[in-house]
Amino acid sequence: MSITLKNVSYRYSTGTAEEIEALKNITLTIEDGQFIGLAGHTGSGKSTLIQHLNGLLRPTEGQVLHNGQDIFEKGFDLRTYRTKVGLVFQYPEYQLFETTVLEDACFGPLNQGKTKEEAREMAKRALRSVSVPEELFERSPFELSGGQQRRVAIAGVLAMEPEVLVLDEPTAGLDPCGRTEILDLVKSLQEERKITVVLVSHSMEDIADYVQRLVVMKEGEVFLDDEPKKVFSHFEELEEIGLSAPQVTYLMQDLSAQGFGVPTDCITVEEAKEAILKAVGKC
Amino acid sequence: MGIIKTNHVSYDYVRVNDEGVEEEKERALEDVSIDVYPGSFVAILGANGSGKSTLARHLNALLAPSEGTVWVDGMDTSKEENVFPVRREAGMVFQNPDNQIIAGIVEEDVAFGPENIGVPTKDIWKRVEEALEKTGMAAYRMHSPNRLSGGQKQRVAIAGTLAMHPKCIILDEPTAMLDPGGRREVIETVAELNEKEGVTVVLITHYMEEVVYADHVFVMQDGKLAMEGPPREIFSKVEELQKYKLGVPQITLLAHELRKSGLDIPEGILSEEELAEAICRLR
Ligand SMILES: Nc1ncnc2c1ncn2[C@@H]1O[C@H](COP(=O)(O)OP(=O)(O)OP(=O)(O)O)[C@@H](O)[C@H]1O
Ligand SMILES: Nc1ncnc2c1ncn2[C@@H]1O[C@H](COP(=O)(O)OP(=O)(O)OP(=O)(O)O)[C@@H](O)[C@H]1O
Ligand SMILES: [Mg+2]
Ligand SMILES: [Mg+2]
Repeated sequence: MSITLKNVSYRYSTGTAEEIEALKNITLTIEDGQFIGLAGHTGSGKSTLIQHLNGLLRPTEGQVLHNGQDIFEKGFDLRTYRTKVGLVFQYPEYQLFETTVLEDACFGPLNQGKTKEEAREMAKRALRSVSVPEELFERSPFELSGGQQRRVAIAGVLAMEPEVLVLDEPTAGLDPCGRTEILDLVKSLQEERKITVVLVSHSMEDIADYVQRLVVMKEGEVFLDDEPKKVFSHFEELEEIGLSAPQVTYLMQDLSAQGFGVPTDCITVEEAKEAILKAVGKC
Repeated sequence: MGIIKTNHVSYDYVRVNDEGVEEEKERALEDVSIDVYPGSFVAILGANGSGKSTLARHLNALLAPSEGTVWVDGMDTSKEENVFPVRREAGMVFQNPDNQIIAGIVEEDVAFGPENIGVPTKDIWKRVEEALEKTGMAAYRMHSPNRLSGGQKQRVAIAGTLAMHPKCIILDEPTAMLDPGGRREVIETVAELNEKEGVTVVLITHYMEEVVYADHVFVMQDGKLAMEGPPREIFSKVEELQKYKLGVPQITLLAHELRKSGLDIPEGILSEEELAEAICRLR
């Protein structure tokens, strides 16, 4: 299911001295089945944008369309729609509220009308898929480490088996293995279950490794929107707005400047490795 | 003796029921002994739930050990009368930039700490000025914190602890929510405070790239200290780190992969320049 933002603007604290235009006339279509990255400096409007995708925020101006239909129109079933667009919040502590980890992960499925038994099964499956150990299931979510809380918050959304999965900085606070594990899982859901994924991330390395399309925001507007390789070739402009290219891209730039015949657009370790081996004649 | 020293420290999170009777015990630290020299920059790494934050909470007397002893600047943190002096010596900075801002203007926010510990008014403003200067935030002193970028907010938080004139700063994932530019800003600020002001730094992070600034690394696993040593030594053990759910910086990984493919590149490469140099030597 495609989601389109059409000329969307959003203002916080309208009519006060603190009024701030967080989104400025954004038009953007999230195609069915894509794995999309959303990057941008802090405060560029990423979290504000994605809260429009499942109708948590209502545009001050413009429309949010689902398969062409305005989701805020009378007669649109926003409630059902929300259960199909799963949103993992940037700060998991805002998402966790039940008394135990398991109950927390059951919340979504129960909300979708699943029976208690079904919900528990879905919740357990989701918790296991993000490596939350069984012995934590009966614990309060507030008695967990930061990374464990993050995993529970992600599981709560995965348990609903959404068609569109929107993740706001899901890997912040995860250990390096957890980061790979969760992004691999999301990737496999996108490939096998054909779900759509929107990944908000400050890690250029993660973005380079996983996404097909990268949207970069700057001060409430879409600054770049292209395949990651092309976006990262603008690394100087990215740096001006607080972003960067992946570490290996800089290495390739450096090698090329020193007369090595390597391509400068490598964005992953694998690509860089192949290119360097080829250049030194070992391939 | 180091400025921070823990001697066979163990810690149990104890859950009590409504009658105050112990219900369950969770051992989060087990026999941890570390020694941090004054003026050093140490990093603590480890998987989610391995005990890093629990250890950090001991270093500024938010928690007292169940067994063993923690000394900060020679003071035993478990002694009631030492709690406030310890908190003055060891300032904490946390992950979420928004949760750490208290006041509506930057300078008031920075003044909050020293005011709280009864620093005379005329000294407070001098300290605030100094702290803002040292974190590069002087130009923002009259700004409203919620209009700052994430990196700037974290620098305000660091200025707030600096204004207490601590000997150490403990940072628990301070850059997890920042864009690459903000991450660099914060880490460089911290490294400079360490170098120029001699402030002892304890940095907890899941970003391996940030560890290259440290003099010494502690790796935690399952509540225990699993490894320690300088970054170059730690990061030359790529496979062992994976066992602890950790990784190495992207550049170190690429160097390791190239080495495995037969190129003559040393282990433990930490920076892009080092790797470029090593590759150029192969010509
Ligand atoms: N609840 C709110 N009330 C008022 N202003 C807000 C609120 N939430 C966000 N803003 C402001 O709106 C702008 C966009 O914020 P948003 O959180 O969408 O950015 P972001 O790109 O997600 O940033 P980050 O990378 O730090 O998460 C910022 O200027 C921010 O200060
Ligand atoms: N308030 C609490 N009550 C009970 N157990 C807790 C509490 N806080 C943490 N724990 C447990 O103690 C262990 C260590 O947690 P800690 O927060 O120190 O880990 P961490 O290394 O900081 O992890 P992360 O990288 O996820 O932040 C974990 O198993 C966690 O579940
Ligand atoms: Mg955000
Ligand atoms: Mg922690």
